[in-house]
Amino acid sequence: MPPGAIEIENLSKEYPFGFLNLRKKKSLESLTMRVENGEVFGFLGPNGAGKSTTIKLLMRLIFPSSGSARILGESIDNVSMHGSVGYLPEQPYFYDYLTAHELLDYFARFHGLSATDRRSRVEAMLKKVGLESANKIQLRKYSKGMLQRVGLAQAILHRPRVVVLDEPMSGLDPLGRREVRDIILELKREGCTVLFSTHVLSDAETLCDRVGVLVGGRLRGVGAPAELVNIKAQGMEVLFELPGEAPNHPFFTNATRTGDRYRVQVAEEELYPALEQLKSGGARLLSVAQIRPTLEEFFMHLVEADRAQASAVDVGEK
Amino acid sequence: MRNIRAVAANTFREAVRDRVLYNLVFFALLMMGAAILVGQISIGIERYVIISLGLTAISVVGIFIAVFLGVALVSKEMDKRTLYALLAKPVQRWEFLLGKFLGLVMTLTVNTAAMAAGLYLALWSVKRPLLPSDIYLLVAVYLILLKLAIIVALALLFSCFTTPFLAILFTAGLYVAGLFSADLRTVRAVNLDPSTLGLLRGISYLLPNFQNFDVMALVIHGQGIASSFVWEATLYAMLYSAIIFVGAAMVFSRRNLK
Repeated sequence: MPPGAIEIENLSKEYPFGFLNLRKKKSLESLTMRVENGEVFGFLGPNGAGKSTTIKLLMRLIFPSSGSARILGESIDNVSMHGSVGYLPEQPYFYDYLTAHELLDYFARFHGLSATDRRSRVEAMLKKVGLESANKIQLRKYSKGMLQRVGLAQAILHRPRVVVLDEPMSGLDPLGRREVRDIILELKREGCTVLFSTHVLSDAETLCDRVGVLVGGRLRGVGAPAELVNIKAQGMEVLFELPGEAPNHPFFTNATRTGDRYRVQVAEEELYPALEQLKSGGARLLSVAQIRPTLEEFFMHLVEADRAQASAVDVGEK
Repeated sequence: MRNIRAVAANTFREAVRDRVLYNLVFFALLMMGAAILVGQISIGIERYVIISLGLTAISVVGIFIAVFLGVALVSKEMDKRTLYALLAKPVQRWEFLLGKFLGLVMTLTVNTAAMAAGLYLALWSVKRPLLPSDIYLLVAVYLILLKLAIIVALALLFSCFTTPFLAILFTAGLYVAGLFSADLRTVRAVNLDPSTLGLLRGISYLLPNFQNFDVMALVIHGQGIASSFVWEATLYAMLYSAIIFVGAAMVFSRRNLK
């Protein structure tokens, strides 16, 4: 099997805590996953799920308690490999005495770019993230959203093959979010692999080829967003129009009415009898759609299951 | 080398933009005031007063910058998380650390050189012309700079594994201990047994010996400083700083960021 863009094997991270740091808290538990070349992979999970921990481990900002990871077939301990990786930290904060231009020029130096290359790349990047007019202002005067854009620019400045973004939409207004989405899609078109963490599930649904859901430091599901949410079908939704009074039948009385329009949910096996009812009642069928749980519902289901399990363990311990 | 140069240049730029060099204004005012005052109250000892005051001020201001900025080199970057994006680039942690160290030493060099120029100016204004032996002032300033490099290395080491407050305390404590470490070697107390004396001697060699860099008395009296003394002090400062730096790099290389 050719090496994936990111391969993680049994990666765990424990943090010591308590008096004398004798107790250990598991932040990440035996994470094994793989991100393929050229795909956009979304990391989902509530706060404290282990998303940022995983990303920091990949970026060698923290060190694993056990397990290993490779990016582009190379161990994450290989520093030179990081020249092919771009990283946007969560809530990025940069040297506030620098201007955006100076900051990007500074970071570009670590990738061995010549002065000419640095200048042209920095200008192109500032334009790409919509900061060309603010590039001479010190970062201490930037808003959170502007800092996020600078962070994104420094992450992709050196044309990396793998980009890791920790909450890239955080702090951005709707326009900014749209621009980040466009940049991620552009990176994908250019063949770049993108791993990003997010709380915004609609972003993950829109952008990701696959998502991984982390809850309580454990990976609870990996797959295409559609695959994950199709695990459990929830029936069919029928929308129809019926002027005047509806017949006194449970099918009609259970429907939600808005003006002349009715919306009703039925089990998949009850769909055809329901359509017969509509026909006999003189209703005009507008649409029939399968009820798919959203990624958010799937996500919340996992989170609640994890909380229930945690409280069960808690009670057991007491 | 490219990475180290980039970090060092940025550290210097940070110091300049954060107005660290504004301390020079304080130094200039001190020297001007001293020059005026000395002219009125001291007859015959103007050189003595100006040189001792100037060298002490250079040393004290330098120590303050070395301790506080030295501790902030790493701790500020960790607190503000500015090093996250940097360490995710193809940069070794020791390269980052060495760049920060050299950047602050560069800042101190510029600062000390400017203060030395101010000292010469003050000396010239109270006692013209300058004497040939005044050239040794430069040697004294150079030795202060070596001392500051060791203090920066110590501050860097402590800031790699403890809180800024404790790092400042430890660095300042070691500086004070280092002023007296040479005295520990000559302790001849009758009520101490040989093993305790041996322990004290051992500790004295572990502590930095800042007396190696103190030539103020010689310079004030216009006496020369042997070149062998300067070479030995240089070698000592480089070796001591290098050992401390290796320790800092070892700690920082496995440090988990928040």
